[in-house]
Amino acid sequence: MTPPPARIEGAAWLGDRVLFAPLSLDLPVGWTCLIGPSGAGKSTVLRLLAGLPTGARFEGQVTAPDRIAYMAQSDLLLPRLSAVENATLGQRLRGEPGDRARAAALLAEMGLAGLERRRPAALSGGQRQRVSLARALIEDAPLALLDEPFSALDAANRQRMQDLALAHLAGRRVLLVTHDPLEALRLGQRICLMAGGRMEDLPTLPGPAPHSPQEPGFGRVYDGLMARLMEAA
Amino acid sequence: MKALGPVIFLVALWQAVVSLTGVPPFILPPPLMVLAAARANLDVLALNAAVTAGEVLAGLVLGTLTGCAVAVAMALSDRLRRFLKPVLVLSQAIPIFALAPVLTLWLGYGLAPKILITVLIVFFPLASVFLDGLLATPEGLLDLGRIARAGPWRRLWLLRIPHALPALGAGLGVAAVYAPIGAVIGEWVGAAQGLGYVMLMANARSHADLMFAALFVLVGLTLALYAAAGWIARRLRTP
Repeated sequence: MTPPPARIEGAAWLGDRVLFAPLSLDLPVGWTCLIGPSGAGKSTVLRLLAGLPTGARFEGQVTAPDRIAYMAQSDLLLPRLSAVENATLGQRLRGEPGDRARAAALLAEMGLAGLERRRPAALSGGQRQRVSLARALIEDAPLALLDEPFSALDAANRQRMQDLALAHLAGRRVLLVTHDPLEALRLGQRICLMAGGRMEDLPTLPGPAPHSPQEPGFGRVYDGLMARLMEAA
Repeated sequence: MKALGPVIFLVALWQAVVSLTGVPPFILPPPLMVLAAARANLDVLALNAAVTAGEVLAGLVLGTLTGCAVAVAMALSDRLRRFLKPVLVLSQAIPIFALAPVLTLWLGYGLAPKILITVLIVFFPLASVFLDGLLATPEGLLDLGRIARAGPWRRLWLLRIPHALPALGAGLGVAAVYAPIGAVIGEWVGAAQGLGYVMLMANARSHADLMFAALFVLVGLTLALYAAAGWIARRLRTP
């Protein structure tokens, strides 16, 4: 069963300045990575899809499912709630009882078994971001919007988190905003560059993610991606 | 225990002033005389301290509840906030103490005016501090509520109020220190019991020792409230 469509069509302005010209982004099933220099409007596109306030004036149309899994750069955990309570926060915000059993199972899959009752202050940065991933995954949403969720992590934790997210979000539409070309190349089945108010598709590696630097062509595609990023910045 | 040194120093200074200046005891009684007066009037002090403590606690609880309720209402409604914000600021400018005679005129000599003065003193700092806390919830957390399409009540209960609890604790600490002043002012204006009443009566009869004893009981009461508020504030601050 294909998940419901998720697309954005339109243009946005910040005051009088054009943030992005009319563009159209139709998310395929799988991972789309949105890459580009800071201030290019990547997060604005993601927030518009999420139905969140942006500070930009948008004219156009957004199609997105009701239920969305969302992760931001910071873990957004509530300091007074335990890991398992934080993981069920989205459900309780929707007025449903929190499914603690499922939250505990997800936390265990994140490698946090035994830490369910810890408060965020008693967890490491990587562990906190895994709780926040569990909070997003428990939604079982057809669309996941990830706004640089891995950028504050160390290299080992980042790769671990990428793999966990990749495994658990299979078959969904995923939009990942990132400024890390390696991350985009590793995860993206589609890579869009956003710069100078425009969006363009860049070449990716064929086959299923995660891609490894060992794959033939990785270096060439990476160099091409970097060249385009350098031009844009 | 940390306060023991300064307290001993102050009592010694007090005794030194009395001994060196030869000031008569009806102006400044020496510490031991105050202690003796406190012992001799233990039942009177205890009874009246209980009355004052009751007024203060009732005022604190009612003031905290109304302050929080008004802050929540203002956080929920932009229109109400725009309307009430200037009213809150304006009311802060009114010296509540100056209202004590009016409230006593309206409400009589019983507990009601004392409790109401305390409520008024507690209400404004708590309402404004709690409101600021409620409105300062980080946008990122509110985004979680928006994504989940949570209504205003659930956003308030699950996101805003937990975030505002440390601010509420700080406000409680301030309120606990000022609340006894409210009750005592009320008792000064007109009362038949309470520590403020004991102080006035002792003063009128030139029993400075009893007046000081009542004052120290009041200080003790305030310190106990402050400690209790500090304990609550710590619970509200640390997760």
